[in-house]
Amino acid sequence: MLKVKNLHASVDGKEILKGIDFEVKAGEVHAIMGPNGSGKSTFASVLAGNEKFEVTAGEVEYNGLNLLEMSIEERARQGLFLGFQYPVEIPGVSMANFMKLAVAERRKAQGKEPLSAGQMLKYMREKAAIVELDSKLMNRAVNEGFSGGEKKKNEIFQMAMLEPELALLDETDSGLDIDALRIVATGVNRLRSEKNATVLITHYQRLLDYIVPDFVHVLYKGRIIYSGGKDLALKLEKEGYDWLINDYKE
Amino acid sequence: MSEQNKILNDITSKEYEYGFVTDIETETLPKGLSEDIIRRISALKQEPEWMLERRLEAYRKWLTMPLPEWAHLRIPPIDFQEVIYFAAPKKSPDKKSMDEVDPKLRETFDKLGIPLEEQMALAGVAVDAVMDSVSVKTTFRETLAEKGIIFCSMSEAIREYPELVKKYLGSVVPYGDNFYSALNAAVFSDGSFCYIPKGVRCPMELSTYFRINAAGTGQFERTLIVADEGAYVSYLEGCTAPMRDENQLHAAVVEIIVEKDAEVKYSTVQNWYPGDAEGKGGIYNFVTKRGICRGDNARLSWTQVETGSAITWKYPSCILKGDNSVGEFYSVALTNNFQQADTGTKMIHIGKNTRSRIVSKGISAGRSENSYRGLVKVVPAAEGARNYSQCDSLLIGDKCGAHTFPYIDVQNPSAVVEHEATTSKISDDQLFYCNQRGLGTEEAVGLIVNGYAKEVLAKLPMEFAVEAQKLLSISLEGSVG
Repeated sequence: MLKVKNLHASVDGKEILKGIDFEVKAGEVHAIMGPNGSGKSTFASVLAGNEKFEVTAGEVEYNGLNLLEMSIEERARQGLFLGFQYPVEIPGVSMANFMKLAVAERRKAQGKEPLSAGQMLKYMREKAAIVELDSKLMNRAVNEGFSGGEKKKNEIFQMAMLEPELALLDETDSGLDIDALRIVATGVNRLRSEKNATVLITHYQRLLDYIVPDFVHVLYKGRIIYSGGKDLALKLEKEGYDWLINDYKE
Repeated sequence: MSEQNKILNDITSKEYEYGFVTDIETETLPKGLSEDIIRRISALKQEPEWMLERRLEAYRKWLTMPLPEWAHLRIPPIDFQEVIYFAAPKKSPDKKSMDEVDPKLRETFDKLGIPLEEQMALAGVAVDAVMDSVSVKTTFRETLAEKGIIFCSMSEAIREYPELVKKYLGSVVPYGDNFYSALNAAVFSDGSFCYIPKGVRCPMELSTYFRINAAGTGQFERTLIVADEGAYVSYLEGCTAPMRDENQLHAAVVEIIVEKDAEVKYSTVQNWYPGDAEGKGGIYNFVTKRGICRGDNARLSWTQVETGSAITWKYPSCILKGDNSVGEFYSVALTNNFQQADTGTKMIHIGKNTRSRIVSKGISAGRSENSYRGLVKVVPAAEGARNYSQCDSLLIGDKCGAHTFPYIDVQNPSAVVEHEATTSKISDDQLFYCNQRGLGTEEAVGLIVNGYAKEVLAKLPMEFAVEAQKLLSISLEGSVG
């Protein structure tokens, strides 16, 4: 589904990603871990197409398409979803209206008709229930006045609405209490299937208690320096990153 | 930074949708302004002597007045002798009924989405359509007449209801009020007149549609709305003009009189031609709009969506004379490319316990300049006056300007006056978020801008609100790369 080869990216002339190789197949869950400032969020942003970052080298193939040549919205319409670490507020624009437009774009790309107002409402209620999101929030402006937990649930709700093939969840667990974490994780698990894949970017092992990954990678100074199975996360939790970092020569 | 530059470099204006010219014969008077021209306008309109006298008085006053220069606008010199002050679609001689509308004219208004009869009947809106200097068609007059409501062109009102016109015309905006009101009082050609009698609730929206068609012509319409005691009316105004390289002048006057316990809502969607992406052409929109809440408990509300015109100079105002009267001003002013707008309101509190509310949302893109200018005045007698003002500015790109000039003059210590102002930008993060959900950038900007303006758009009548939403998105098309 996703093949990243030797990806380099920089911001304001400073190189952040220094040659990432990474591969995801349908049905898999990957976790990317690593200390602060290692480039985890940048990696997700670059895959989503954020223009703040300049890709200086490398290739990314997504479902046979050259991802780096696609616009941000084109990537999204083709089923690439980014769950934001800091979801953005859009005053005056209701969640319902925002989702109506987003779902219509996604369906158009899939060759499907837009949903009728009634279908849309029903669909939204269904998906909101997955993350126990109060459907009253649909009438509120996008993320405006949402609590931290509501914002994160709202990201997973949007993921459920858009049925992505590849979901990149950037620190979705940060700032969540244990109940919210459980709800968010349950939501993600329910959306898992043979056809889609999830990449979790996280600091903490605790999310991986709920969402069990097939692979765990350690990103450090812009490179993936170590990959392993789900046990790697436990080891990192216990021993920290030092043993890896000390081994690593820049 | 590179993103900002890219946005700026990519600024181009979408072709103005209503820029066509109707190929229709017009009767025009020679360009330039003199007592002779004014006499000829008055004669063409078969006006009574008193009206001509008023025009001439206004003209003489105008000659002595300097151009207003206090606004935050760069206005190129205007040669008032180069303007045509009267143009009218020529009537075919074989038409007997005055009500017969030329098919070409009908086509024009159809193109604009203003079908004069059937569709408006369905929508329940009565329309007066003004092309260049004359009113071409007023719908639903009979239905309205049953309730005693008068809705007709100003020319007819002067001939048929001289007492009402004499009593109210110029009572809120005297001819000497300002340079452009004096000019308008001298040369105004047509416009709408509306009178709602005591205790009558107007059963439908009344609407005037203004269209400038002829080249080199100025449009100087005059609107007068009177809501007698306990009456209610909601009034809509729309405007468009062809794309021309020259600048055309539009200097209208709107007066509203709201008597005791009456209510008037006045909504405008102003979409005059704004000029091209290089700033060439476009309408100069110098308008005086003012209403008075004469009686106790009267209410007057102005809602405006301003997207057009090269230059806008306009301050719809409320004089709150009656005790407990209420004035409201809701405005969205959008400027793109080289447009300039200096717009706002005046709330003059005279009566006791009068209240006013101002919500102004400016949106600037391109190299445009957008100013809010507002006055809240509380006279010594206005015990218990309340005002709340909120002025927000949204910037798109970094070559445009937003300015706020609030003037507050409070002479009664019991007054409570609040003013809030914010300035924001559409952030790259917001755009990225929308893009990441599959929305294209233009769609995203339209969505964000409409969200920002929502509080004002919600005040518009339904069918107008939908049109205004589309207009805001269209006017910004191409403004973000």
